[in-house]
Amino acid sequence: MLVEYFTIGIFIAIAIAFACFAVLASHFLGQRKPSAIKQAPYECGMTTVGSSFRRVPIKYYIIAMLFLIFDIEVVFLYPWAVVFKEYRVFAFVSMAVFLGILILAYIYIWKKGALEWE
Amino acid sequence: METIGTILQWLIFLGMAFTSILASVLLITRKNPIHSALFLILNFLCVAVIYLLLYSQFIAIIQVLVYAGAIVMLIVFVIMLLDLEEELRSRLKLFYSKVIGSVLAVLFLFGLIYGLVATSPTGKTGSYTAEKMSANVKAVGEALFNQYLFPFEVVSILLVVAIIGAVILSKRKLS
Repeated sequence: MLVEYFTIGIFIAIAIAFACFAVLASHFLGQRKPSAIKQAPYECGMTTVGSSFRRVPIKYYIIAMLFLIFDIEVVFLYPWAVVFKEYRVFAFVSMAVFLGILILAYIYIWKKGALEWE
Repeated sequence: METIGTILQWLIFLGMAFTSILASVLLITRKNPIHSALFLILNFLCVAVIYLLLYSQFIAIIQVLVYAGAIVMLIVFVIMLLDLEEELRSRLKLFYSKVIGSVLAVLFLFGLIYGLVATSPTGKTGSYTAEKMSANVKAVGEALFNQYLFPFEVVSILLVVAIIGAVILSKRKLS
């Protein structure tokens, strides 16, 4: 049964090979004439302003955390989708209850303004 | 055909095991925390393949989706929230943490060896053989909707609590 994953293996192998090929080909084929100004670090075509390490505001973190919590749902949605054909209405109702409770939390976040970008 | 499959499985296992160990070593030795996070992803992906070789597809997919995806993203956010430049410059000497860490690592190693030697892991006989595990995701789904339906619904309430906690902590007005 692990043979079924062989196709995924081929897919990953081709992806890695293509990435390596693209990097190596430009490394060997491209011509390089380095100069001091070309070697200098830049961002968006400009010289960098200030330090590249900057503390990002906490408001990004709340988005990340909420994403993580909703990502946990996938853990349950995946086996649910696999057995859905056999359980049909029962599976649908139990997942609807599960998602319904989480949608209440989503409405709470929305009303609370946690997704607002102040 | 059978032997070729076994050899191939061994080769994949060896490759993944060595890559994951290499990734872990690089993870703890890099100075740049973002590089460490990238090696953590590599390590998670290798472990996911090892789960697959142990016939645990469900855990393998969760490993990629939740751990290599969401958890690492959270770690990267934490790295960006902290001001790490000073720490990178000062090259802190973490002597005591290294000693404590080494002791804990050795203890953990003993625990692993005990777990492997004293108890029998998944094998050819018993209730969880490779054949039974091959329909892993389906088995998880069936258990979820028969035996564990109520706990499954309760999990959603637990997630709601986590959401409310996150919102309250981050939206608190600083006085």
